[in-house]
Amino acid sequence: MDVRVRHNITTTGREDGPVVLLAHGFGCDQNLWRLVTPALAEEFRVVLFDHVGSGRSDPAAWDAERYSSLEGYADDVLEICRDLDLRDVTFVGHSVSSMIGVLAARREPERFAKLVLLVPSPRYVDEGDYRGGFTREDIEELLESLDSNYLGWSAAMAPVIMGNPERPELGEELTNSFCRTDPDMARVFARTTFLSDNREDLAGVSVPTLVVRCVPDAIAPPEVGEFVRDRIPGSVLVTLDATGHCPQLSAPEATVEAIASFARAR
Amino acid sequence: MTSRSNPPPDHGTGGDGGNGENADTVSELLGGDARELWESAEDLYENAPCGYLSTLLDGTIVKVNTTLLTWLGRTREELVGRRSFSDLLTVGGRLYHETHFAPLLRMQGHIGGIALEMRTADGERLPVLVTSTLKHSPDGRPLLIRTTVFDARDRRSYERELLRARREAERERERVQRLATTLQRSLLPPTLPEVPGAEVASHYHTASADEVGGDFYDLFPLADGRWGIFLGDVSGKGAGAAALTSLTRYTLRSASVYDPDPLRVLANLNTVLNHEYQGDDPRYCTVVFGVLTPDERGCSLTLASGGHPPALLLRADGTADYVPTPGGRLIGLLPDAHPVSTTVRLAPGDTLVLYTDGLTEARTDDVGGRYGEDALLAFAGGLAPAGASEAVAAIAKLLEGFGEGLDDDTAVLALGVPPA
Repeated sequence: MDVRVRHNITTTGREDGPVVLLAHGFGCDQNLWRLVTPALAEEFRVVLFDHVGSGRSDPAAWDAERYSSLEGYADDVLEICRDLDLRDVTFVGHSVSSMIGVLAARREPERFAKLVLLVPSPRYVDEGDYRGGFTREDIEELLESLDSNYLGWSAAMAPVIMGNPERPELGEELTNSFCRTDPDMARVFARTTFLSDNREDLAGVSVPTLVVRCVPDAIAPPEVGEFVRDRIPGSVLVTLDATGHCPQLSAPEATVEAIASFARAR
Repeated sequence: MTSRSNPPPDHGTGGDGGNGENADTVSELLGGDARELWESAEDLYENAPCGYLSTLLDGTIVKVNTTLLTWLGRTREELVGRRSFSDLLTVGGRLYHETHFAPLLRMQGHIGGIALEMRTADGERLPVLVTSTLKHSPDGRPLLIRTTVFDARDRRSYERELLRARREAERERERVQRLATTLQRSLLPPTLPEVPGAEVASHYHTASADEVGGDFYDLFPLADGRWGIFLGDVSGKGAGAAALTSLTRYTLRSASVYDPDPLRVLANLNTVLNHEYQGDDPRYCTVVFGVLTPDERGCSLTLASGGHPPALLLRADGTADYVPTPGGRLIGLLPDAHPVSTTVRLAPGDTLVLYTDGLTEARTDDVGGRYGEDALLAFAGGLAPAGASEAVAAIAKLLEGFGEGLDDDTAVLALGVPPA
């Protein structure tokens, strides 16, 4: 299958610029980067994609088993890099995608120049002394919320939305035109996201890494940012002047500055 | 219905709000005694039948109405400037808010009808429907988030019922599919036996995961080193077809033990089906039955057919042809099916392909066009010479290419003599 279709890959920016690969997290799709893409595009070759099961990815590529582990998503990232022949990639992962980037960079470190982990958390659920911020029951509550809200999703419209990427206007009749997800796929992604434990994977990251946190962030508590910084050898932690879990929307300029200055540094 | 209700409108704030002209009109409409109840904008805000909430972009609450405070059992002092909207949600709701609600609101400027749960001061959950809009400054910068909150307890219990029913239906469907798959497997050989001096391969396409298909095949040893082979298609689908398939399959197997002559076997089957399904529920099948006799230079195959599409022969020299078995009628419909037999020789490099009409009847356009026997023959011509596995793989790919056009079950069974 064509990886570009599978992931609805879009490329923008300077053809000869260094590559910045932007990976969205759980809950949305590449639209989440819309406020930072134009500024990054002035300097970099910006590659955007949707994870399988999100946005306008190819629904035929969905495989509940493959995507029940973050490794499946990391495989996809590596396939994208190979297919587009991306080298010296600065991988920017938002939320759960930061751990997807960690896994991909562990597997093929030579692909990646740098990692930017935007509001990462290697483990959302509290365990022993570790404070991820959530209990298992909280995660079950989230799944209930997903069940009650089929955001922008209607089974009747699904074939139209998913099958006609060249005719996006067909989808615009729906209330929420961004971040559509098949509810069944969203459930799997939610479980994978919030029940994964990647704390042990952090030490194996060998590429230069920037950890970006926001305070307050209702999803990744500040000490989790420190935890990630402490575990990834040589990594740097910055706290953005932004609140919430989506700094690329709430503080796009500061987010661009953090990504760009790190990506451009030698 | 709901146990929490709004307090009645506050008489003290009535009468003097809004503009005068409107007030006169409304008080006229309401009549003199109702003057006291006259709506003011402020009273409408405070005691509206829904909660109102204004927050800064980071969620900090800057204004909240009495209705929502009453629902939550909170005071204005506790919330304004101290709490953010997501603090009022259950933890799961907060996760949802951060991952879906807030980003969408930021991108669209509006998000509506989202089901969330709020946490009241005494720890209870309050199911609500939330709608938010972004208020922008004159130069277009987002300034504030305005949110309305509707009590959704009754609505939520109704939705839970719907969800429960949906899950129930999904479980039932899985059960039915499991049953159909199990039954289907019991009607096909789990693996094909190894036939000395020949290569065999098969493919089965099920049109629906919910129903047992009506196509069947088998390959099995007879006495004296000979082999029985059959492939067919019963009328109908589902449980009735499965029962008919089962009867057909066991009749063919046992009839061939007594006398494997293909004409005799099909005559036996015809009698059994004709007797079993008499009256107003006639059931029948098409079937091709063969006896394979291997020798040093390949094998010979005697085939008999009752109403079944002709077998395909892919020759070593790269040509392909149908093996005609004309005249035989549907098996089981009439007291005598008059099956017809023919003998074909398979030399090294030759492959015989049996198939059901799902293949030739596949729709190839929107106006009723079918794939057809001519196209299949041309396809086979392009394929030959090919071994059994290669031929079956190519046909499976062809079937896949039909996509939605392939709306019937399809069975393919191929038998080839490897090149010398």
